[in-house]
Amino acid sequence: MQRAWNIAITCLALTVLILIGLFAGRFTVYLTSRVMILSIFAMGYNLLFGRTGLLSFGHAAFYAAGAYGLGLFSLHVSPHPLIGILVGVACACLLAAVIGFFCVRQTEIYFAMLTLAFGMMVFSLIWNMRSVTGGDDGLVGIMRAPISLGFFSIPIIKPKYYYFLVLFFLAMSVFLIYRIRRSPFGLVLAGIRENDRRVEFAGISLKNYRLGAFIISGTFAGLAGALGTLLESNSSPFSAHWSHSAEPVLVSLIGGIQTFTGPLVGSAVFIVLREIIERFTHNWMLWFGLILLVIIMGFRGGIVGALSGFKK
Amino acid sequence: MDLKSIVHVCLAGLSTGMFIWLVASGLTLIFGVLGVLNFAHGSFYMLGAYCCFTVLSRLGNNFWLGLLFGPLAVCVVGYVIERFFLRYVYRLELPYQLLLTFAFVLLFDDLVKIIWGAGSLGSPSVSGLAGSVPILGRNFPTYSLFIIAVGPLVALGLWALIEKTWYGRIIRAASSDREMASAIGVNVPVLFTAVFIFGTWLGAMGGGLAVPYVGLLTPGMGEAIIIDAFVVAVIGGLGSLKGAFLGALIIGLLSSFGTRFIPAFDMFLTFILMAAVLLWRPQGFFGEAT
Repeated sequence: MQRAWNIAITCLALTVLILIGLFAGRFTVYLTSRVMILSIFAMGYNLLFGRTGLLSFGHAAFYAAGAYGLGLFSLHVSPHPLIGILVGVACACLLAAVIGFFCVRQTEIYFAMLTLAFGMMVFSLIWNMRSVTGGDDGLVGIMRAPISLGFFSIPIIKPKYYYFLVLFFLAMSVFLIYRIRRSPFGLVLAGIRENDRRVEFAGISLKNYRLGAFIISGTFAGLAGALGTLLESNSSPFSAHWSHSAEPVLVSLIGGIQTFTGPLVGSAVFIVLREIIERFTHNWMLWFGLILLVIIMGFRGGIVGALSGFKK
Repeated sequence: MDLKSIVHVCLAGLSTGMFIWLVASGLTLIFGVLGVLNFAHGSFYMLGAYCCFTVLSRLGNNFWLGLLFGPLAVCVVGYVIERFFLRYVYRLELPYQLLLTFAFVLLFDDLVKIIWGAGSLGSPSVSGLAGSVPILGRNFPTYSLFIIAVGPLVALGLWALIEKTWYGRIIRAASSDREMASAIGVNVPVLFTAVFIFGTWLGAMGGGLAVPYVGLLTPGMGEAIIIDAFVVAVIGGLGSLKGAFLGALIIGLLSSFGTRFIPAFDMFLTFILMAAVLLWRPQGFFGEAT
């Protein structure tokens, strides 16, 4: 019953996304692309936050690593988008491995502060190394070159074609993260969140598992960064700022941190709500702060948590 | 680089450090007793500055009246936050506490824009402390000297309060063992509210004192200082006031020497230091090992 229900929901969501890509207007396509990119960021992040119970304030650095990795590669080496994305993801993965190696030595508040420190180091490097990163201007003029596949090429410069590329990566990420969560590795992560001492008594190295989760979530952040840079055709140094790391936390919280689909629902709600509120008022942050207050004070399960509670 | 410049860079570093100390002291006190790392503390600093500005411009540009009444207004905000919000999340996991205070950061940033406008406000100089005094043949702002004097005075006052008074004993008791303090008759919820309000007042005083110093008030000023205050609180050991004072001195001097010699990397240095302390001695210079 539950399984059939899940498959039905997945098919429905996929159909809606494909229909949006085929028939919706330019603005909706752009907005949905942003929702999907934020979803990748948030889902990867939630593997560390919701699943393993570690709060990171440094994931913006990995997003930026993906963004700048792709940007620098496509500006200086080759504009091929797929290789560029691969380079961006590899940069993020490497950076996550290095930073994670240090960060997983601490937990709780000390872990959060360590990730903040490392994230801000990356930010200050991007901000100050003007000759490489463009400083506060960021990298501009990153083109979406066509993806050539031998006989034919896909012109992803058109928003609709790019939309389907993003959708492809989203579907892949959802599938991968689903498998990771269900794997023995993912179950150990949940165990670490619930009771790390017991997991350690079972003879499992906490550090290695935490590092694994850290690197995986950093890699997905890098993928989101690379895709986001291609969408906007520029990269901003503020994508590495700690306040950007708060975004996936908030999105996961809106959707429900203990659920698989929470970050997806949260991303959609976050971006759509922001568009709607910004049409009426400039004070988006005020409203968002209020929403956040309500969620933390009363609805800690998030939207998905509340819905599944209702279903029962 | 002669002695003269070194002295001046030191003085500039000390005055920067003292500001961070004023904010970090409240942050540290709140963390030490309540166990909550308060993101909104930078907002209290910002609100303190704006309230001080409004009061002083209403009361004939008298800075001292502004400094007296402005932070008191912010204390009301602190009371509301602790009594009606924070109190209900103490038992929850750490992320919820952090995010609750983060929600207030978002809220106050926009509220300040609504009430005072998104632009910068120019602030008046303080009579008696305006101008500068010559030190080793170069001029140094009098007001910065005043701040360098105020910082240690606040530190001394806090030390006396915590170590020498009856209230201080209760605060120390509650911070080392909440349940035990409650069992021997301390009204812990009231104490928490009081400590939070006092911490808020310290942050807001920092903001009020910053009004003549920074020259321009901008809605983002709280977010800029909260990260510095975090760094300082972490370096000194979360919850340790002595450590926060020393940490503020180190960060102040480090950033002023960094700006002078390697301007591209002064921010980087600060965070390297923070990460190094967290890795080698997470309890900080003065925190007790657990």
